[in-house]
Amino acid sequence: MIEQYVPAASTYAGDLDNLFTLIFVLVGFWFVLSEGVFFWLLFKFRKKDGQKAEYVSGELKTEKRWITYPHLLVLVCDVFIIVGAVRVWYDVKQFLPPAQETIRVIGQQWAWTFVHPGPDGEIDTADDISKVNELRLRVGTVYHYKLEAKDVLHNFSVPVFRLKQDAIPGRVITGWFEPTKTGDFSVQCAEICGLGHGLMGARVIIESPEDHAAWVAENSPISIAANTAVASEE
Amino acid sequence: MAESVATAPAHDDHHGEQSFWSKYVFSTDHKVIALQYMFTGMAMALIGGFMAYAFRMQLAFPGMDVPGFGLVSPAQYNALITNHGAIMIFWVAMPVLIAAFGNFCIPLMLGCDDMVFPKLNRLSYQIFLLSSIVLLSSFFVEGGGFGGAWTSYPPLSSKAEYSLTPLGSSIWLVAVALEFVAFLLGGINFVTTAMNSRAPGMKMYDIPMVVWMIVIASILFMASVGPLIAGAVMLFMDQQLGTAFFDPDRGGDPILWQHLFWFFGHPEVYVVLLPAVGITAEIITVFARKKLFAYKTVLYTAFGTGVLSFTVWAHHQFIAGIDPRMAHVFTVTTLLISIPIAEMMFVYIATLYGGSITFATPMLWALGFIATFLIGGVTGIFLGASGADIYLHDTYFVLAHFHYTFYPIAIIGTFAGVTYWFPKMFGRMMDERLGKIHFWGSIIPFNLIFIPLFFLGAAGQHRRIYDFTNFPELAAMQHWRVVATVAMLVMLGFQLVFLYNFFRSMFRGEKAGKNPWKANTLEWSAESPPPHGNWPVLPTVYRGPYEYSHPDRDEDYWPQHVPN
Repeated sequence: MIEQYVPAASTYAGDLDNLFTLIFVLVGFWFVLSEGVFFWLLFKFRKKDGQKAEYVSGELKTEKRWITYPHLLVLVCDVFIIVGAVRVWYDVKQFLPPAQETIRVIGQQWAWTFVHPGPDGEIDTADDISKVNELRLRVGTVYHYKLEAKDVLHNFSVPVFRLKQDAIPGRVITGWFEPTKTGDFSVQCAEICGLGHGLMGARVIIESPEDHAAWVAENSPISIAANTAVASEE
Repeated sequence: MAESVATAPAHDDHHGEQSFWSKYVFSTDHKVIALQYMFTGMAMALIGGFMAYAFRMQLAFPGMDVPGFGLVSPAQYNALITNHGAIMIFWVAMPVLIAAFGNFCIPLMLGCDDMVFPKLNRLSYQIFLLSSIVLLSSFFVEGGGFGGAWTSYPPLSSKAEYSLTPLGSSIWLVAVALEFVAFLLGGINFVTTAMNSRAPGMKMYDIPMVVWMIVIASILFMASVGPLIAGAVMLFMDQQLGTAFFDPDRGGDPILWQHLFWFFGHPEVYVVLLPAVGITAEIITVFARKKLFAYKTVLYTAFGTGVLSFTVWAHHQFIAGIDPRMAHVFTVTTLLISIPIAEMMFVYIATLYGGSITFATPMLWALGFIATFLIGGVTGIFLGASGADIYLHDTYFVLAHFHYTFYPIAIIGTFAGVTYWFPKMFGRMMDERLGKIHFWGSIIPFNLIFIPLFFLGAAGQHRRIYDFTNFPELAAMQHWRVVATVAMLVMLGFQLVFLYNFFRSMFRGEKAGKNPWKANTLEWSAESPPPHGNWPVLPTVYRGPYEYSHPDRDEDYWPQHVPN
């Protein structure tokens, strides 16, 4: 149902959407049933002249089962929802598949800095590519993100991945995602971070391996330095 | 009537004539204090509503010169949403639902002449009034009002260099702390009075449900507020004295605040929910002429909800950086709390069965509470499920969900209570026709405001954003924001009908007798309005509060104070 509004572009996005749909169906059933019975009773037992209301204490077993049976059924639905929720949660937040590539995501008032690995495929080396409010990813690659905040709490939210994680100053939080779809999508800060909170949007651009390799080659500090050197020699 | 009170103990007449000041301003009479709380709460509701008006206009028409407010700057926007939330919960829902109805109903429904600690009660209101003034003053200091959201997460709230409101954030915190002191004093009073001052003959299971609910709510409040007050002191010291309780660079931890805040914050939801549930119980039994279905079940359910509400707080922090394994525990406890709440709703629906239902204005509000609170309840399941919350956290889905709980609680529940007890408060009836216009004029726009926000939330619109034009995908859905804002304008407009009806009926309404609704509980055996001291001779109780349509009686009600 969420996919009607926001495309799904990570391996776990579909699972989360299915969980949403499962909950929608189960609680929707109870909602329609409760409201239906509610309005039906209101109509059926509206005041009629000369008719006295019934005297029902609700304390007898035969009466009470009208609420005990439904609430046991609610419990059964809860169990289904809990199992679904725990499975999705485990996949997204607790389980960490081995990384094919790692990026660093840094939130500060009021911009995102994304550190991508350069041609060597490692971060924290001289050829890292650092970009403000622009995240470049290769489709079909398992990424680990190292999430940091410099000042206050931020939240790294990528709706198309169905991913959200608070960034906390003083801590580095590791998580993962695997993009499945190329395109240009929204990244948001989803935790109020002061005056410019509403400006703290970024873009994630998911590319094919070829396009991504070309972008890395063009943007790595080493190739930029080489190009500048060539230009100055001429 | 006289024989019904003959067995009551003799009552000292120390409630003589009073001057205007001692009667209305420095009164220790529980009914006057109730009205003071109610009018202060109503005034704060108008202020909180005005704030909503200003920021919703900005959301629907970004950059607009809002009539009556002017341009909304980002700093003002943040201060408006922060204080709208704080005001509606701490300065509207709590004073009206707990303090006003608690003060008015508890002594009258228990058959005593006043609260156990009348002077403590007066002090409680005075501190509350002070806290309101302190809060409003925060808008007029250098830097303006606090804008770090009502949850006030550090380090944004703890350091002036981040929040840019050096004074506003501390004044806000002091106001909240004062408000807590007021409600601690009030809570002590409610619990003590209910346990010690019941009319002769009133056993535990003869206590009207609304009194129980306010008592349980007070216990929840008193048990949960301690950690938050400790947190507030630490936060204040971080702000003003340079301590580092929440500063990670110097050994503190910002997440600590979130635990302290939500350990209070989640029970707080039930603190305001339970009184509204209690009011609904009183009203649907009277207007369906039915005994409350399974009184004891409702009561145990409320206690169960209260206990369970202390174990769910971290569902607000699923994605806040807590250990991922913790989320499983809190998902289970959070979903389990749906059981007692669902049971309460089932009980109320079951109460309607076999009734003889009339749709007077208070009944419409009580039924409106059930019908709309159900939406708030079921949408909570999405957010309590950790997996789905990863996506929905801090979106408008959350916002719409909790407005579907708090609006039924704080607005619908309040209107139910006000229209129901108005004849007892002022001795006159409210106008039914205007009451119904007001009901439909509020309930329909309310749904039109918040249903679009569910769609926006499902589409990933996140909260506390000043202007969505920075997010192209979200900006494309502007029409829903306009629908919500227009519906809000309509709803606010219809509140004028209420204000007119309220103040006109106070002086010009048709005279109400002692018991216009033919209800059973004790307050309807007193004069309308009850004099200082409530009854000339205190009543005695012979039965439970919900003996409607008893087969042994010709009349369809059987007041608690009538011997047979």
